[in-house]
Amino acid sequence: MQLTVWTYEGPPHVGAMRVVTGMKGVHYVLHAPQGDTYADLLFTMIERRDHRPPVTYTTFQARDLGGDTANLVQRSIADAYQRFKPDTLVVGASCTAELIQDDPGGLAERLDLPVPVVSLELPAYQRKENWGAAETFYQMVRTLTLHRAPERGEAFERDREPGSRPKVNLLGPTALGFRHRDDITEVTRLLDRLGVNVHVVAPWESSPHDLVRIPDADANVVMYPETADTVARWLERTFGQPRTTVVPIGIGATRDFVREVAEMLDLDPEPGLAGIQSNMPWWSKSIDSTYLTGKRVFVFGDATHAIAAARVAAEEMGFEVVGLGTFQREFARDVRKAAKAHGVEPLISDDHLEVEEAIEAAAPELVLGTQMERHIAKRLGVFCAVISAPVHVQDFPARYSPQMGPEGANVLFDTWVHPLVMGLEEHLLGLFQDDFEFTDGVGPSHLHTGTVPQDGATPHDGPAAGTLTGKDTTRTPVVPGPVVARASGDIEWLDSAEKELKRIPFFVRGKARRNTEKYALEQGVDAISVDILYEAKAHFGNR
Amino acid sequence: MNVPLPMAETTTCDDVPVLKERGQHEVFCGLTGILWLHRKMQDAFFLIVGSRTCAHLMQSAAGVMIFAQPRFGTAVIEEKDLAGMADMNTELDRVVGRLLARRPELKTVFLVGSCPSEVIKLDLHRAAERLTGLHGPDVRFAHYSGSGIETTFTQGEDACLNSLVPALPEKTDDTPELLVVGTLADVVEQQLTRIFDAIGLGPVRLLPGKSSRALPPVGEGTRLLMAQPWVDDTIRSLQRRGAELIRATFPYGAEGTEAWIRAAARRWGIDDAVVDAAVEGPRARARKALARHRDALVGKRVFLFPDSQGELPMARFLSRELGMELVEVGTPHLDRAHMEAELELLGPDVRLSEGQDVDRQLDRCRAERPDLTVCGMGLANPLEAEGLRTKWSIELVFTPVQGFEQAGDLAELFNRPIDRQQRLRF
Repeated sequence: MQLTVWTYEGPPHVGAMRVVTGMKGVHYVLHAPQGDTYADLLFTMIERRDHRPPVTYTTFQARDLGGDTANLVQRSIADAYQRFKPDTLVVGASCTAELIQDDPGGLAERLDLPVPVVSLELPAYQRKENWGAAETFYQMVRTLTLHRAPERGEAFERDREPGSRPKVNLLGPTALGFRHRDDITEVTRLLDRLGVNVHVVAPWESSPHDLVRIPDADANVVMYPETADTVARWLERTFGQPRTTVVPIGIGATRDFVREVAEMLDLDPEPGLAGIQSNMPWWSKSIDSTYLTGKRVFVFGDATHAIAAARVAAEEMGFEVVGLGTFQREFARDVRKAAKAHGVEPLISDDHLEVEEAIEAAAPELVLGTQMERHIAKRLGVFCAVISAPVHVQDFPARYSPQMGPEGANVLFDTWVHPLVMGLEEHLLGLFQDDFEFTDGVGPSHLHTGTVPQDGATPHDGPAAGTLTGKDTTRTPVVPGPVVARASGDIEWLDSAEKELKRIPFFVRGKARRNTEKYALEQGVDAISVDILYEAKAHFGNR
Repeated sequence: MNVPLPMAETTTCDDVPVLKERGQHEVFCGLTGILWLHRKMQDAFFLIVGSRTCAHLMQSAAGVMIFAQPRFGTAVIEEKDLAGMADMNTELDRVVGRLLARRPELKTVFLVGSCPSEVIKLDLHRAAERLTGLHGPDVRFAHYSGSGIETTFTQGEDACLNSLVPALPEKTDDTPELLVVGTLADVVEQQLTRIFDAIGLGPVRLLPGKSSRALPPVGEGTRLLMAQPWVDDTIRSLQRRGAELIRATFPYGAEGTEAWIRAAARRWGIDDAVVDAAVEGPRARARKALARHRDALVGKRVFLFPDSQGELPMARFLSRELGMELVEVGTPHLDRAHMEAELELLGPDVRLSEGQDVDRQLDRCRAERPDLTVCGMGLANPLEAEGLRTKWSIELVFTPVQGFEQAGDLAELFNRPIDRQQRLRF
């Protein structure tokens, strides 16, 4: 048993719902109690979908348990087929029904429906949402394309008209994904400039008929390994379709992606590379951006976005990556590798309290994370930009706002830089400290949001709060936790040093305090004086 | 709406026919009640013993993601628990130990059963006894089921309050006391209590109160008023402990609130003139506030999907005080005894439905094309996209809507979608 308050991922059947809701012509009969119907509103409220997810729940009750729940399942499947007439039916169970073992797949089979039936086994007590999405997508593609698989040892015949452009599938985008809608457009444009057509996009707005056509493409673009890696590997083995490994988030990765696709399809990469036109590199080189140099960022999210964000942060923003992690154990290896490259300890955890502790300890100036980290950062008085699911209604902007490709790079620049205190403002804050209108309590002047807590420390009595619809309304008392800015062990701050520390701008004060204490510990000093404070500054620089 | 109420005289509510449906339900489970209960009882923690789905529901369903640390959490059952590799009771004790180490101020921990814990028949009653042995008397452990196989949405509150009834102290004398049952917003509680004070009715006690430990006594002389329409089982348990139920409408709207207060006053034998004097001002204010919305809503056709069990009193308010036409009034569960006064006011012609077959109900709704559809968040946007105006129903549970002073706010919740439609030019 694990004590959980907030979760980064839902159960695996929610992943299955993300796949089928993203598609057309599919219906999912889910053996589940009535409470599980809450999942519908993830799509209708958070993503603002104008249709109900194509899901029928059996909504069995306690009184059904002694009787014949199998019959209820079979009736639900038959009714759902009659009412919705899908091209493909998906059946499965949620966590509670998994315990009853009614075998929805077998029951559906016995109905002998005139459409393909995909039976899902998603172990709810072991696996989570992203795994469920990947498994569902894989099972659907496998069921619908297996009849086209070549004999063992033979190659799949792909006819391409001479002179026609090569074509690829875009795999991975689902309903309720983080900016999937816009990433598809961006990647399609990117490929077009390289001379590559998009064949099938799936699961997003694809039909079962589209899935059948997947093997005809020359290669697969794995947009989101979380949902598409399993199926792309299977397609590679079965149909000999190569797959991409680079996710084009950031300018560098976008270039690598274009080169990878070009090489895979034996094309000249230059037209594609020349097509990467983004303001971001110049914006980042422009002198007003020098203040971004070495800003400490903590990165946490799904593996794809976290790894990509860390690279952009380090190589394209000039930030210092002070933490990198993911909640996805399935991709821990990739994140560990990336963390090593950035010289930080990887954090692999789906316990938000552990993530909070790691962020406190790293004392970053900017957090790039999920909605969870947004709350954590708010509580710690640190700025945060959201880079990854789990999603919130705010992650579905009305405007075009991709993460991938050249425009995605622009979006990253704007979203990450916007919350930071800017250039000269930073200096003015540092030069004159006792301005009654421009003090610690006031955040960056270009943000009209409320106050920023003093000291970069934890305001344990003023918790951050938020709702799905974006309003921050509720206040909840919090138990005292470790306060990062207090001296650990026996180190004590002398009054004069404490006063001097207060003169340091609030947004770097936490870091200054931490560095000074670290320095004092290393030097074996047990009382921090003004001199020690400045010695530490000299020792660490602005790191 | 100004006529004196005919209480239990003319028609019997058994006359009203009800369409009973058993198909797919599109409602929350009882766990969602924790979202307001944990805010109300500030010394209690709600520990759901369930699955990742339960935890995900709690953070997504009600649109609430109160960060920091809420006073609820989920002990997520894992594969090793089910496979018997870990003893579930030992695991639960460990989780509770960790929780109490972090939150030493807690006075009560509710162990809340879920669908999976009910299906595997995890004995939370014994667990609560064992844990009380380990951590009592400082911390008391109660248990109830909020599972979706047994409870619908607001029934979770009923199950929670019902689990407290055995812990209520025995009333030592038979002097009359009013016990108001069901969570009310603080502001509503204070307003209604002020009116009872003004007419000399008391003492007034509340269940639940802010403390899970300072519970009101119950016994001979305890008179009950239902503040919420979903506390059915709690009321029955309290009656078994000697309390007497005052039958009344629910305090929605000016009419419902007045009847609710008068029912209690009558039982206390308080003179009508005294009540008149106390309610006159608030009632006039409520009518004034309602008048602002009445013009926009009168004659409009409204369809209510089942959600909270608040649908019948809500429909009575919409039809009698705002002049709306009721197309269908759905409720997840109809307790005729407790809805007696409401059914009388609704009259015999209303189309009631109990339970749900959501696809059929949607068919009926589409065929009727009502001016306003009150439904859950999973249905609202899709219906809006079909050109129907909707009011998402959970807001009716999460907003202070009872009492005279809130009557206008309640009307506004229904008027807002219609008002919005008129403002937008697309």
